[in-house]
Amino acid sequence: MSESLPAIEIKGAQKNFSGLQALKGIDLQVETGEFFALLGPNGAGKTTLINMLAGLVRPDSGVLRVMGHDVIRDYRAARRALGVVPQELVFDPFFSVRETLRLQSGYFGLARNDDWIDEVLDNLQLMSKAEVNMRALSGGMKRRVLIAQALVHRPPVIVLDEPTAGVDVELRQTLWKFIRRLNTEGHTILLTTHYLEEAEALCRRVAVLRQGQVVTCDSLEGLLRSCNAPTLEAAFVGLLQQGVD
Amino acid sequence: MGQGFITLTRKEILRFWKVSLQTLLAPLISTLLYLVVFSQVMGQRPSPYGGVSYAIFLVPGLVMMAMLQNAFANSSSSLVQSKVTGNLVFVLLAPISEGEFLAAYVAAAMVRGMMVGFVVWLTAWVFIGGVVYSPLWVMVFGFLSIGLAGVLGVLAGISAEKFDQMAAWQNFLILPLTFLSGAFYSIHSLPTAWQIFSRFNPFFYAIDGFRYGFVGASDVPPMESLFVVAGSGLALSWTTLVLLRSGWRLRP
Ligand SMILES: Nc1ncnc2c1ncn2[C@@H]1O[C@H](COP(=O)(O)OP(=O)(O)OP(=O)(O)O)[C@@H](O)[C@H]1O
Ligand SMILES: [Mg+2]
Repeated sequence: MSESLPAIEIKGAQKNFSGLQALKGIDLQVETGEFFALLGPNGAGKTTLINMLAGLVRPDSGVLRVMGHDVIRDYRAARRALGVVPQELVFDPFFSVRETLRLQSGYFGLARNDDWIDEVLDNLQLMSKAEVNMRALSGGMKRRVLIAQALVHRPPVIVLDEPTAGVDVELRQTLWKFIRRLNTEGHTILLTTHYLEEAEALCRRVAVLRQGQVVTCDSLEGLLRSCNAPTLEAAFVGLLQQGVD
Repeated sequence: MGQGFITLTRKEILRFWKVSLQTLLAPLISTLLYLVVFSQVMGQRPSPYGGVSYAIFLVPGLVMMAMLQNAFANSSSSLVQSKVTGNLVFVLLAPISEGEFLAAYVAAAMVRGMMVGFVVWLTAWVFIGGVVYSPLWVMVFGFLSIGLAGVLGVLAGISAEKFDQMAAWQNFLILPLTFLSGAFYSIHSLPTAWQIFSRFNPFFYAIDGFRYGFVGASDVPPMESLFVVAGSGLALSWTTLVLLRSGWRLRP
């Protein structure tokens, strides 16, 4: 794999939902090994864009690639390269945590994956819940399992759609430690969050989406400089106000 | 078919197995009740086929009816549940092809259909006795018919977005088709209009051919039934696969 291959490549992505223009032609590129923040107010189109990358939503037009693989034509390779933590807290009530992770591994073609599953469980402090049924977990615990599920196949590109919503301080810290470690090991991270201090502390590059368009895409320092703002939050608020006609 | 298919099939089997009270025992009991009631009430009537008692005539029809209903119920309700609760996303995120997806749901539906069917038949065989005229025809019709019902379940499951839409499929399609399929009677005993109606019902051919395998007599030649069941199964699989490939209702 060449150094210059972008982990995520989005060109002219458009999506309409029965009249509503959710995405109005998005161009975005995330390089391999980056820790990238995708920010924007509610309804900006962040989840729609992520779902398109994951093949959960079909683009009306545009091209999306993960590690060079077209998400439609080469969907198998694209999906193997991608781990997505969905925004919604979903789970299958029929299974325990470990069963859930084994099934997810199997879907990705991994028949034996217990060593890695144990490592993920351990890093997300889920080991004591491994044999517990999903239904019996608290919301934060379910969120941890969602994160674990996205990691079972060791995807080079990890997308986290508001992974810390409803999660306690302790998990937030352990989660970020783990995700940072994966990032230093070479995994590309794309993060959406409404906690801007979190994005500021973790990400080196930021894109801001508003009403289905990219308002800005810059390095963190570049963004703070051009907005003349002390914090990401100040820059974000400034950017969104600027746009209002 | 790779590991993804194997895992999804396994998951679908585990799903119904874990609630077997509802998915295996309940249909078993209701089918056996039909058997008891109908063979008692109708038992005195002349049998549709000479030399075969009504009870013996009835058993294959009931077994097939139970298999069809349970195969349909398995794939359809699993899909609707996963859609409504949102956990279908775990399958949709995986590198599983549309063909593997369809095959896995149908395979698990067939396993459930066969389990229910086999136990119903076994129970009937113990209490009523019975014959198997041609095991080959029994297996061919059993296999193809539950496959057909399983595919229909997948189609219903992807089209329905809520539980009440699923109930509509059950009440307005599956129930009439299975009850008007000649499970309880020979269609020759029906008024002409209903006979013609039955001729458009693939489940009629499934039951008629399946029964032929047991008693060696049928309303239409088994080859004709085989042609209809296999043909509609193929057409339905193709339609479902095209819809899956288009992303209809699963990948908006
Ligand atoms: N399946 C859908 N059908 C119709 N409209 C949709 C669908 N999915 C998203 N939308 C609409 O598209 C727009 C973008 O939604 P999206 O979920 O991508 O926003 P978001 O940036 O993730 O917001 P949030 O921060 O609240 O998660 C919204 O107006 C939303 O209502
Ligand atoms: Mg969102």
